[in-house]
Amino acid sequence: MRTKYYLITLALGALAISQTSCKPGGGSASSDLAGDAAQKVYVAPGTHDEFYSIVSGGFNGQVSVIGLPSGRTLKNIAVFSQHPENGWGYSEETKPMLNTSHGFIPWDDSHHIALSTTNSEHDGRWAFINGNNTPRIARISLSSFKTEEIIEIPNSGGNHSSPFITANTEYAVAGTRFSVPPDNVADVPISSFKQNFKGYISFISIDKETGRMGIKFQLKTPGVSYDLARAGKGKSADWFFFSTYNTEQASTLLEVNASQKDKDYILAVNWKKAEQYLAQGKGKKEPGTYAHNVWDEDTHMATSTLIKEVMTLDPKDCPDMLYFIPCPKSPHGCDVDPTGNYIVGSGKLAAVIPVFSFDKMQKAISSKAYDGDFDGIPILKYEEVLHGEVQKPGLGPLHTEFDGKGNAITSMFVSSELVRWNIEKLEIIDRVPTYYSVGHLSIPGGPTAKPHGKYVVAYNKITKDRYLPTGPELAHSAQLFDISGDKMKLLLDFPTTGEPHYAEALPASLIKDKVRKIYELEKNKHPYAAKSEKETRVERKGKEVHVYMTTIRSHFAPDNIEGIKMGDEVYFHVTNLEQDWDVPHGFAIRGAQNAELLIMPGETQTYKWIPTRVGVTPFYCTDFCSALHQEMQGYIRVSPTNSNVPLKWGLGNSPEAAAAKAVAGK
Amino acid sequence: MKKTLWAVFFILILSGCGKGAKQREDSPEFNEEKMEKQEVIHGTEITEVILSNPLDAAMVKEGEEIYDMKCMSCHRLDETRIVGPGWAGITKRRTPVWLTNMITNVDIMLEQDPEAQKMLEECLIRMPNQNVTVEQSRSIIEFMRKNDGEI
Repeated sequence: MRTKYYLITLALGALAISQTSCKPGGGSASSDLAGDAAQKVYVAPGTHDEFYSIVSGGFNGQVSVIGLPSGRTLKNIAVFSQHPENGWGYSEETKPMLNTSHGFIPWDDSHHIALSTTNSEHDGRWAFINGNNTPRIARISLSSFKTEEIIEIPNSGGNHSSPFITANTEYAVAGTRFSVPPDNVADVPISSFKQNFKGYISFISIDKETGRMGIKFQLKTPGVSYDLARAGKGKSADWFFFSTYNTEQASTLLEVNASQKDKDYILAVNWKKAEQYLAQGKGKKEPGTYAHNVWDEDTHMATSTLIKEVMTLDPKDCPDMLYFIPCPKSPHGCDVDPTGNYIVGSGKLAAVIPVFSFDKMQKAISSKAYDGDFDGIPILKYEEVLHGEVQKPGLGPLHTEFDGKGNAITSMFVSSELVRWNIEKLEIIDRVPTYYSVGHLSIPGGPTAKPHGKYVVAYNKITKDRYLPTGPELAHSAQLFDISGDKMKLLLDFPTTGEPHYAEALPASLIKDKVRKIYELEKNKHPYAAKSEKETRVERKGKEVHVYMTTIRSHFAPDNIEGIKMGDEVYFHVTNLEQDWDVPHGFAIRGAQNAELLIMPGETQTYKWIPTRVGVTPFYCTDFCSALHQEMQGYIRVSPTNSNVPLKWGLGNSPEAAAAKAVAGK
Repeated sequence: MKKTLWAVFFILILSGCGKGAKQREDSPEFNEEKMEKQEVIHGTEITEVILSNPLDAAMVKEGEEIYDMKCMSCHRLDETRIVGPGWAGITKRRTPVWLTNMITNVDIMLEQDPEAQKMLEECLIRMPNQNVTVEQSRSIIEFMRKNDGEI
């Protein structure tokens, strides 16, 4: 343990030195830069990037869409956060998406991207991402680039080992990072960790057609920390692999107490077997409350349902389903190569990168080559499962992706570099420094059975002096490398939004021709839609006032409203009558304690307004829509609670409008 | 004072020049055609529209429904101009082919047709593409004819 501390101290010291000596544009940075870098990343005006990269936003709870090789940010998608850009989580329709069993949560910490696959190859349908703090998984449509579904995970704390998916997107997983006592009997002493805490792993089923998610079952494994995971591919497709730490089962000062053992484990789960046990009735329903939020593209609104029970499987009732593979020192990444035969464990505190063989694992299981058990789960013998170790790869290996040419590239956090090595031979081929301290890395198609190679992006944790300084808080730095040749060559630095914990990139051709452009008015099933100016009106139901409003370049209908009273709750249901791509309208009312709305063509969104004072209040369009955008406005008159001002509304029927009409007629 | 500023300006330009020129040399050639191409072109040009007599009642009805949803916000049925011109007499002023292209190929019309361009100068708002098919536009024309008193 002592040795490990010295190692880290030394490494951090080395890092500090390297940071002072590596100024951008000088020293070793420029020697790593490809001579034709500018040409390779230049995407001429009017042309498109070759790849979409779907990038986790980390602590902003969102997802960014970045084009590669340009590194240009194309969009930030709201997932586990309210989004002032488009009213996500503010409009009445979207609020239920952020509902949980704890109530409304406006901001979470999102981590890993998983793109849907068919036969372990990208199919361009959905992106999944986990909410880490209040455990959830979200599904994002790669047609609308909108979050369509969020499911909460009960009996879980810190949903880090998530949402990795199986070869044909049958399941996304959610392995709990913090083991917890079951939700319904959670009032136990913290010191009773070993008896009472469980490491829940949830398997979230995904409907083949709709993508609809549901918790199929939870495995009640021993109380350890699940860190990352990957599904098998090809011959190993029935299996899932989870890296673990804190197999010491400490509940305090984990920094020290969870780093005692020389080896932790990779948990191998035969999920097909779990399905069989479930079919045999081995599952047990247990209490567990979680929210399931679904967005409907026809009604343009979300519904949130609370579910009270969850199916669990106890490994004690399910032999031959789980095996532990010993893996040196707190493994972080746990990545499966394109063939499905090799499982790479990146022990973040280890001096080697162990590579396990699926074939050898199968042999070890059939010959019962066990090294005891952990809480009843067999531990396979390290040597029997090991393909080999990459020696002296660097310091602090975190994650591994694959280039499709038989090589792996591993990120080294502590020594701040990418290291490329041959999987069969376990030999290091090339290494290149990153600025600074790379965390995740991403090769287009890198985690799939068919990597596209060409580039690797290093998502660095530390930025320091890479860009013009912007105060204490800096954008995280990403770096794009050309990996088409023998040597990895730096091409580009680009800033990112939030903290990109992982990204997946896929060819633009898989997505770009099927992207949604408008919502067809004919298919708009929003119960409060006004699909024609004819249908615009104001209705009072007691203290509730509903305004059925339309927008088009460049007016609101109605744009004059009177008869609102103090104490009213006013709902503006605004339908954008435009049917052309990229013509959203905005909506904002002075003093509204809410965000604005941004309404896409053909869409209906609702803005709740509680007037705070008597008088005439203006409202306007917040998105520059036409040459007459500045004219796109209206007035609402608010009168005292006891006033007799009748409810009335209109468009173009004021005296001024009549005069304008007379002029236009001439 | 002004002279000093100009001098400073020139020095800045000169000192920046070497680097700038080199960068341009390095960058790939611009593809003018790609830069100017318009990504989205709606529909294709219509050259013939056949009208029939008497009016087709079903088409008139469909045309009116589409009008309510997609046209009414900007076009009234009398001579009033809201955003676009009122529709009274429109079938006397415009040919069916022109109307169909204006409804289904508005981007091409605003780029190429002098009459359409004249309307844009007057109204200052590009007529939106309202995602109307050629068949639907035929119904709209039937409704316009009804509005102009045909039977």
